Amino acid sequence: MHELSVCQGLLDQVARVAADHGALGVKHIVVRIGPLSGVVPELLQQAFPLARAGTMAADAALMIEELPVRVHCDACGADTEAKPNRLLCGECGDWHTQLISGDELLLASVELLKEEAHV
Amino acid sequence: MCDTCGCNVTHGNAHLAEKKNAQGHSAVSVLTDLLSANDRQAAHNRRHFDGHGVFVVNLMSAPGAGKTLLLEATIDALKDELRIAVIEGDLETENDAARIRAKGVPAHQIVTGTACHLDAHMVHDALHHMTLDGLDILFIENVGNLVCPASFDLGQHRNVTLLSVTEGDDKPAKYPVMFRTADLMLLTKTDLLPVLDDFDPARAEGALRALANPAPVLRLSAKKRDGLEAWSDWLRAQLARIRASDPAIRAEIPGRPPRFRPVNPKPATQGV
Repeated sequence: MHELSVCQGLLDQVARVAADHGALGVKHIVVRIGPLSGVVPELLQQAFPLARAGTMAADAALMIEELPVRVHCDACGADTEAKPNRLLCGECGDWHTQLISGDELLLASVELLKEEAHV
Repeated sequence: MCDTCGCNVTHGNAHLAEKKNAQGHSAVSVLTDLLSANDRQAAHNRRHFDGHGVFVVNLMSAPGAGKTLLLEATIDALKDELRIAVIEGDLETENDAARIRAKGVPAHQIVTGTACHLDAHMVHDALHHMTLDGLDILFIENVGNLVCPASFDLGQHRNVTLLSVTEGDDKPAKYPVMFRTADLMLLTKTDLLPVLDDFDPARAEGALRALANPAPVLRLSAKKRDGLEAWSDWLRAQLARIRASDPAIRAEIPGRPPRFRPVNPKPATQGV
């Protein structure tokens, strides 16, 4: 949900990174998303061409790395992988767990185009 | 709905969405720009609420789960004891606010137009239309929707998620982002349980626990005025906790979406 405005937030951040580095454009954007962020990668990918139009990233490609859901068990101490709607310990099955990964919404890296670049 | 249309750009926060190319900000590696702006506004709201000693509850559910009827019954039960006010969120109409006002309680209606949730800026705007002085509890009745409201911190102290027994008892498994944020799950319309043999309250609670959520589960029928005492006790206990707490306890903010919590959160602390 909210994928279009999440894209706009993303492109704001990218525009700042590009401006800080004096870049002429943006080539690649890599984001990391967990299923419990509430953002659907496919919808983000669909919204991206709409959001990037007219920005510094108008020709940029978006790569989305999907992160696994992982929990830490308060009962047995194990760190295990889980499903978004079943956050139980994979070792002992207890539900007293803490999410340690899976709700991320991160800008991982940006590849910039620069005037002086000899590529 | 909100999946691709950008409807979370509401009249309250449109100014933030529009200044896309603002200069002079330092680069950050977290892409929550619009939502972090909401988060900052929510923190401002929360300070405002704390300054007035008001306990703020964000009520969320699917449409028709009985949020407004719950409020009417709650007002009837507590109006001689606690001073209550309500912010109502709906896509259209003043109907719900009118129902609350008919109970003699101040209510402000936020008409969201097409937006399917409330955000912190809309709540902040609503606060300019009401006074918090002397209030004990402010209920914010969110737009009926189990998806989008889960992502937007309003500045509330607690999230209460209603699940009516006319829905499926697997709703927590279907909407994990929403039900993970619940500090209390209220099973509503329980007077219908005898005729609904396919809703198992134990299964609903099991689905909530499978989300690692320790929130208490209460059963209630607002229509039959059944189960209101346990709900009232929970409200009283939370109010006392918020009022008595030092800022560190308030900062736990269990009602915030998990994404906004610190990297190494303390275990969720539950009230009575």
